[in-house]
Amino acid sequence: MFDRRRMLKSAGGMALGFSGLAIAGSPLKAFAAETVTLPFANGERKLVQYPGKRPLIQLTARPPQLETPFSVFDEGVLTPNDAFFVRYHLAGVPLSIDPAAYRIEVKGKVDNPLSLSLDDLKKMDAVELVAVHQCSGNSRGFVDPRVAGGQLANGAMGNAKWKGVPLKAVLDKAGVQAGAMQVSFDGLDKPVIPATPDFVKALEIDHARDGEVMLAYQMNGEDLPWLNGFPVRLVVPGRFGTYWVKHLATITVLDQPFDGFWMKSAYRIPDNDCACVEAGQKPDKTKPIGRFNVRSFVTNVLDGAKVKAGDAELRGIAFDGGTGIKSVETSVDGGKTWAPAKLGEDLGKYSFRQWTSKATLPSGEATIMVRATSNGGETQPTSPLWNPPGYMRNVVETTRVVAAA
Amino acid sequence: MRHFTIALGLVGVLAAGAASAEPKTYQLPDETAEFKQGPGVEAAQDNCMSCHSADYINAQPPKKGRAFWEAEVTKMIHTYKAPIEETDAKAIVDYLEKTY
Repeated sequence: MFDRRRMLKSAGGMALGFSGLAIAGSPLKAFAAETVTLPFANGERKLVQYPGKRPLIQLTARPPQLETPFSVFDEGVLTPNDAFFVRYHLAGVPLSIDPAAYRIEVKGKVDNPLSLSLDDLKKMDAVELVAVHQCSGNSRGFVDPRVAGGQLANGAMGNAKWKGVPLKAVLDKAGVQAGAMQVSFDGLDKPVIPATPDFVKALEIDHARDGEVMLAYQMNGEDLPWLNGFPVRLVVPGRFGTYWVKHLATITVLDQPFDGFWMKSAYRIPDNDCACVEAGQKPDKTKPIGRFNVRSFVTNVLDGAKVKAGDAELRGIAFDGGTGIKSVETSVDGGKTWAPAKLGEDLGKYSFRQWTSKATLPSGEATIMVRATSNGGETQPTSPLWNPPGYMRNVVETTRVVAAA
Repeated sequence: MRHFTIALGLVGVLAAGAASAEPKTYQLPDETAEFKQGPGVEAAQDNCMSCHSADYINAQPPKKGRAFWEAEVTKMIHTYKAPIEETDAKAIVDYLEKTY
């Protein structure tokens, strides 16, 4: 059972211990709405407020996994730091970090191994980029047949303006040696028992040096929230969140493919064009998960809502893995006819793209759908694609409402 | 409880390793999830909660059957190297199959 007194105690401790951090949202609101029910079987979740966060949907406590309530995506094109989703893999979450002593080691096949302080990083030329961050298993709870893993609705994603230093600049400073193949990334988060594979991810060397992959120390103009990787995380634009290593501690240039568990065995998708197999089947061959596929959502009308019949404005967001959004269409008749939406301001090819669409809702039940097409020509499938880990769901979303005069 | 000891130990190690006098700290809210009551719940509590909270199980899709839970317990032992005795592993699978 949810324990009010315990929550109150924890909120009090937060105010004392974290006076420097902005705590948005009233704790009273958290108490008013204690649970939410996500729209799939066994979808009841607590709303829990962590230091530096507003009440978020708690998937798990240890290690913490927090989902963004979907209504947040209607607040603006950037996802506020205090509402941004959280996903750890291992319960050795760092709970004490000294910014003055914090170092990022750069080692392996480099001429000049580096030990970079936060000041060192902040003295380098900074870049800013708006980019979507999305969990590989975002929306897994909707996968049918259901699969094991974090049972998320659509809130394990967010869009932020990241500021930091290009990984390329750091690698150039270290001097990558000939024969380098990959670069691996390790953060301060650790397993509970030493035998559990540490969470380490790798990128191909050309990708690591593309100038876009970033060591980010700011998010939406503020220090990174603790649970989003304070003080520095990797930002890998257009790629699934598994690569966005938090609390970045070690960068290793390798002259062979990295063979750690989290690359070799986990976060792999069927090696075919749709990254899918027939439901219940296993893929013959797999590859590491990569770019986001194209997605779009209605944000101002939630599933099951009662709305006014007649003229309505729909609005929402769309994004893809880095070609940018070419068009968005909406349907209010269950996909029989589609109308083009008007795209909002372009904040870059890795950002959420807001859209609006005028629609006329007849009285009664209406099935609203939204479908995006990327500049790369990719569009969303009408029926969902399935794979065993429940990754990369991007089916055309359906929002059912009841309209009354 | 075992996991609280682990968390405290981690704070100690990090604080001792820091050069500066003022590390920043973070406090996670108390963990509240519990395993559903059922025959064999002790085996799950004694083993699973060493590394993660009970909500990892509570949130899984309902009534997935023995093969689903066997695969999960096997993954914990073989992939994540959870030191679970064979008799406990079977008791945990039995419990999860029946209770979830």
